[in-house]
Amino acid sequence: MEFASLSEFIAMGKHGLYVWLSYGLTALIVAINVALPLLRRRRLMKEQAQRLRREKRHASTT
Amino acid sequence: MWQWLTQQYHRMSSPKWFYELTGRWVPWLVAMVVISAVVGLTLGLLFAPADYQQGDSFRIIYIHVPAALLAQSAYLMMAISGAVFLIWRMKMAAWVAKVIAPVGASFCLIALLTGAIWGKPTWGTWWVWDARLTSMLLLLFLYFGVMAIQQAMESEDAGHKAAAILALVGVVNIPIIKYSVEWWNTLHQPATLTLTEKPSMHPDMLWPLLIMIVSTYLFFALLVILRTRNEILWHERKRQWVKKLLES
Repeated sequence: MEFASLSEFIAMGKHGLYVWLSYGLTALIVAINVALPLLRRRRLMKEQAQRLRREKRHASTT
Repeated sequence: MWQWLTQQYHRMSSPKWFYELTGRWVPWLVAMVVISAVVGLTLGLLFAPADYQQGDSFRIIYIHVPAALLAQSAYLMMAISGAVFLIWRMKMAAWVAKVIAPVGASFCLIALLTGAIWGKPTWGTWWVWDARLTSMLLLLFLYFGVMAIQQAMESEDAGHKAAAILALVGVVNIPIIKYSVEWWNTLHQPATLTLTEKPSMHPDMLWPLLIMIVSTYLFFALLVILRTRNEILWHERKRQWVKKLLES
């Protein structure tokens, strides 16, 4: 272990701001990239299932 | 051998086959990405010794280098997929090329942002218009261009074609990025990793970097698979097998 304490770890020498800004921005971009396909899938499945039910109903009434 | 290859090709061109196969891969990929990232980041942030010149700011390397490598590999993969679509009209290849663009752009952005932040304490400036940084910025704009041209075309098919052509033209930028630090004077340090030479880095610094590179490539594979599966669901929504999936 390179750091003796948590505050030393956060300080990163004198470079805490740069290190944590880099890791923070990366985490944000990574999170967006994970969320987008998951949300799109959920919406897609919901919409298509609705369309399918609608079409079935329509087919049975005519 | 040839027969096996053509068989694999026909399989890969089947969206249903791809969807079912990757459905089994996803949980394993997630596990491998999480484990490798936790191990790589723990070793890199906590156990790697500080750089004797740069101090702890060098720890940015564990996201900067993997992201920059991936941004270039992803671009090549996007161009190759585009070429497969142009030559053999394989729809799956066009969808893969399409979904790579935003993911590749994200990693390119990570590389540029972390590079700028790393540059401040190391070079004393966020940005210089030198060859490495400029060619990397061009890579980001190429990704944006591929995404924009896809949407701008009248039909989806024309969009795929135009995007593939632009992606292929942009491939010239990749060797420029690679050799920019050798051909021109630059603030950017030369490659940390080379395939031909013994690594100049201490193993305690090197291992986390290698693990993070593997982790980043696995993460990229996961994202491309998730997005491609969505493309498949959308395009095959009127097929029987997707209907069955929706009803269950």
